[in-house]
Amino acid sequence: MAAESGWVWMYGVAGDDLEAFADGVAGVGGAPPRTITAAGLTAIVGAVGDREYGEAALRRNLEDLDWLARTARAHHAVLEAVAERGPVVPMRLATLFASDAAVTGTLQERADDFREALSLISARSEWGVKAYAVKQSDPAGEPGRPAAGREGPATGPGAAYLQRRRAQLTASKDARQEALASARTVYTDLGRFAVSSRLYPPQAPDLAGQQTPMVLNAAYLVADERAGEFAAAMADLTARHRFVQLTLTGPWPAYSFAGEGDGPGPR
Amino acid sequence: MTQGSLATGASAGLSPGPSSGPQSANLADILERVLDKGIVIAGDIKVNLLDIELLTIKLRLVIASLDTASQVGINWWQADPWLSADAANGSNRRELEEENRQLRSRVKALEARSRDGG
Repeated sequence: MAAESGWVWMYGVAGDDLEAFADGVAGVGGAPPRTITAAGLTAIVGAVGDREYGEAALRRNLEDLDWLARTARAHHAVLEAVAERGPVVPMRLATLFASDAAVTGTLQERADDFREALSLISARSEWGVKAYAVKQSDPAGEPGRPAAGREGPATGPGAAYLQRRRAQLTASKDARQEALASARTVYTDLGRFAVSSRLYPPQAPDLAGQQTPMVLNAAYLVADERAGEFAAAMADLTARHRFVQLTLTGPWPAYSFAGEGDGPGPR
Repeated sequence: MTQGSLATGASAGLSPGPSSGPQSANLADILERVLDKGIVIAGDIKVNLLDIELLTIKLRLVIASLDTASQVGINWWQADPWLSADAANGSNRRELEEENRQLRSRVKALEARSRDGG
C-alpha cells in the first residue's frame, strides 16, 4: 500500500443499467461519486485520502462521533441518490479498496452474489417502522393524591402509598404489556404486505430523540407497487392501537435486505 | 457518466406517514443500517466495525447481537419513570419515613404496655 496516496471508497453495487445518478451529491470526503463497471455490474465509488481514511486514521476517526455522523450521512446520501434510479446493493460503511483494479476484481469475483442481491431488491424498497409506547394519561389515579378512604380502616400515608403503588405498578405493567402486544401485532400485520422483514433492536430513548420507550424497530422490504397498501395498513394500525405511536421512514436503500445469505455478515 | 439534471437524493419521496413531523433520516437510523447492515465485502482495509468503542460503549448503538439488545431494552424499561413505579415515587418517601417513625414509637409503647400488663 506504500505507493497509494488514497483509497477507493465503495458505496454500493448496481446493475449495468444504472441510470446516471445525481452529481449534486457530495461523496464521502467531498469527492464526487463515480462508477466502475465490470461483469455487468456497476460499482459506485469515490476517492478518499489516506490521511483521513487509511487504516490507522479510520480506526481513530470512527471513534469520533462527528466524523462518524458526517461520513455515515455522506455514504447514505450517495446510496439514496442511486437508489432513486434503481436497485443498489449497499456496502457496509468503510469498505475500501486500494485501486480501481481491486474493485473490478471484487465485482468479478462476487458477481453472482451481487446479482442475487440485486434481484431480491429490484422494484422493492425498504421501509422502517417504529413503535413507541404511549404514555397513558390516566394511569390508575394521579400520583401524589391519596386514594380517598375506600378501604376504611387502612388509613395513613403508608397504606395509601402501598395502594397507590400497587395501582401504578399494575397500570405501568398493563401499559407496557399492551404496548409490547401492540408492537407484536403491528410487526406481524405489516409483514403481510412485505416480501421480507427484519427486527432491529429498539433504540435507546436518548439516541432516538424520543422520551417514550421504543417497543418496535423493524424494517420491511416492500414491493414498490404495494407501498400504498403498506402505508394504508400503517394508518389503520395507528388508529387501532392506542398504546403505541407508529412512525414510518423510507423508502431506504435496501440496507437491511441486501446482505442476505452473506455468510458472516448480517443475518 | 453522471448528469446534472437529476434531483439530489436529499429528500426521499415519502408516503404520508401516520405520524406527523419531518422524517428526514435520523442519525440513529442511518448508523444502524450502514454499520450493521449492507453487504460485507472484504476490502483492502480491515476495520472491524464491531470493535469500535464509540459505538458499543458511548453510543450504545446495539450492533452486536440481539442479546445485547435485550439487555439495553431491559435497562431502559427499568429506568423509565412511568414504566417503573420505583422511579416515580420519590416524593412519597418523607411521608413514609414519618409513618415509620410513628409506627415504631407505637410498637414501643405497646411493648411497654404488654410488659407492664404481663
